[in-house]
Amino acid sequence: MNLRISTAPHIHHPVTTQRLMIYVLLALLPTTAVGIYAFGLPALMLLAISCVTAVLSEFLWQKIAKKRVLISDCSALVTGLILGLNLPANAPWWLAVIGSAFAVLLVKQLFGGLGDNFLNPAMAARAVLLASWPVHMTSFVLPTFFSGADAVTGATPLATKSAQLMDLFMGNIPGTIGEVSKVAILLGLLILLFTRTITWHIPFTMVASVFVFSWLFGADPVYAILSGGVLFGAVFMATDYVTNPMTASGKMIYAAGIGLIIAVIRQFGAYPEGVTYGILLMNIATPLIDRFLPQKIYGRQKEVKKA
Amino acid sequence: MLKKTFKRGIHPLHRQGSGKNATKNLPIENYVSDSVVIHMSMNIGAPAVPCVKKGDHVKIGQVIGTAGGFVSVPVHASIAGEVTAVEPIPYLGTGNVTAVTIKNDFSDEWVELHPLGSVENVDPSLVIPAIREAGITGMGGASFPTHVKLTFKEGAVCDTIIVNGAECETHLTADHRLMLENSVRIVDGLRAVMRALIVPKGIIAIEDNKPDAIAAMQKAAAGRIGVQVAVLKTKYPQGGEKQLIEAVSGRQVPSGGLPIDVGVVVLNVGTCAAIADAVIDGMPLVSRVCTVTGCVKEPKNLRIPVGTIVEDMIGACGGFSEDPGKIFFGGAMTGIAIPNIQTPTAKSTNGVVVFNEAESRSKDESPCIRCGKCVAACPIGLNPYQIKVAADASDFAAAEKLHVMDCMLCGSCAYMCPARRWLTPSFRFAKDKIVAERKAAAAKGGSDK
Repeated sequence: MNLRISTAPHIHHPVTTQRLMIYVLLALLPTTAVGIYAFGLPALMLLAISCVTAVLSEFLWQKIAKKRVLISDCSALVTGLILGLNLPANAPWWLAVIGSAFAVLLVKQLFGGLGDNFLNPAMAARAVLLASWPVHMTSFVLPTFFSGADAVTGATPLATKSAQLMDLFMGNIPGTIGEVSKVAILLGLLILLFTRTITWHIPFTMVASVFVFSWLFGADPVYAILSGGVLFGAVFMATDYVTNPMTASGKMIYAAGIGLIIAVIRQFGAYPEGVTYGILLMNIATPLIDRFLPQKIYGRQKEVKKA
Repeated sequence: MLKKTFKRGIHPLHRQGSGKNATKNLPIENYVSDSVVIHMSMNIGAPAVPCVKKGDHVKIGQVIGTAGGFVSVPVHASIAGEVTAVEPIPYLGTGNVTAVTIKNDFSDEWVELHPLGSVENVDPSLVIPAIREAGITGMGGASFPTHVKLTFKEGAVCDTIIVNGAECETHLTADHRLMLENSVRIVDGLRAVMRALIVPKGIIAIEDNKPDAIAAMQKAAAGRIGVQVAVLKTKYPQGGEKQLIEAVSGRQVPSGGLPIDVGVVVLNVGTCAAIADAVIDGMPLVSRVCTVTGCVKEPKNLRIPVGTIVEDMIGACGGFSEDPGKIFFGGAMTGIAIPNIQTPTAKSTNGVVVFNEAESRSKDESPCIRCGKCVAACPIGLNPYQIKVAADASDFAAAEKLHVMDCMLCGSCAYMCPARRWLTPSFRFAKDKIVAERKAAAAKGGSDK
């Protein structure tokens, strides 16, 4: 009889990296479904292209670099899907290819692969696309909801500040594939919280921060949190494990910082939207937050209670 | 009632009742095997020195190994019969230890015992020596000699004794059953120590997943001077000494310090029962309750003579129900894997858990995704992912700066890690390295002088 010898612990929580990524995909499902329903076949094609490109890029890189092929952890699929959801529905197909490949190869793999990238891959890729092809990235179509009507292009309500709050909430606005329906995003948030994939700290703090700072800077705070990519960013992008702080208090500082940057860019900057840069800038601050936030270690606090 | 607990922590095997369902309702059964192998390193500290030889006839309770120093206790024969061997055996990766093999003649002959009388009337100065002579060590798993724990340095004052009935480890129900079936003895043991050390308060702390044990202990504690029961939230590692003290008293043991530094001593329920046996009956520690569970046909709580071989215990439980892949002493969070079923149990063996092949498979590490679950789990408040980076790079100085020495190897971080990173094993390795380096430095400093 051969008995295995190993050190404790002998058991593990059933959740693995792969299962966490599947939970994220599950949480993205309502948003993806509404996006496809709202924008039709072009949206479906774009999402498919960005997903396939992301997974294929990761696979080829790991083969060529002779690394362990880890596409089964589904992290590349998540990156691809999130990037696709960040594109306007009428974007050309090659934008999705360039974006996904850039996210996976340059932002993630060149910095060491999963866990070692310091920027959120999809967010960094979106920033590059925005800077390189601003026209493609900011010409939005109104959702057609399969009404048969021809797609009408329009500016994001962030720029026009004209949409009704109810339309903003339900998704009847021009915008990227993923950001239009707030209901679907909130459903995704519930899935993430229920599966304990994420904690409340980042999404709630970030939204609260946008609300408070927009109000302080004289904007309509409700409009501010419902328009643009605030909710999508707060639920799916700022919560990227790799690029946010490890402790609960660190996460709240990080999320509050994103909210502040968004409000500043929107009110005082030249861009109508600030979510991308807010998240990227705070991604960069994450190592600092992790490093300098004081730990409360058992038995090492200055005032150990003596009763 | 407000339930007490500590910060962070985990709920291992939450949906499977922490693996305890198979045995928690089974009364303790007595089991005596044909032979026992009693080794001499049953306590942390100096091993005992064997004082019998091959061919000797021994009675139950007879001293077969004398204490090898102050931090050491004597070892007693757990069955009556003939000594068939006194020889070194390999034991659990600690190298060879001397062991005495006794063949049972089933005469059940005891040595003459010297009872001290009721715990409320005994001369308090006799209690600690009696604990030492009875060979009592911590029975929760750490096996630290109890009389040493109860001998304080000059000026130290203990105002609370906490009896650890948390049993937060998975699979184990030995303490649970002992609290149900031997509740008065546990309180007696606590009272004996309270009187010996003039401690006003004794708190029996139990997790709320054992309501029957809470009721039994409350009944046993009723009317006893200074004894009360505290209900704890069910959370791992609630029974860790530091966590228990924080939960019950709100105090934190300073880093690198001992519970007595905050006026507390923690004793396991099994230890308390053994103390009562030593005082009231003059009986040495020769048997203990051990949960045998996992892939055995009939999981059981057995009262076994110390030194019973695992194979015999598995046989007493109807044999394996599946091919075993791994067997360990203790619960699944901190248990020590044994190399073969000829391994003998010790005074501290509170469980024998058998895993099948699938449960035993080791997991490959994958990259850290910085999810923060390890940080949210650590009951000490460390950053396990950072320590792991330092340990993987063999940068033990950096690991020490990140307070790896405060890690108590509870395994919570490794249990939660979705990337299955070997956090706890690396920390164990780093701690061993740092201790070895400190010792080497101390030895060098000594020789320089």
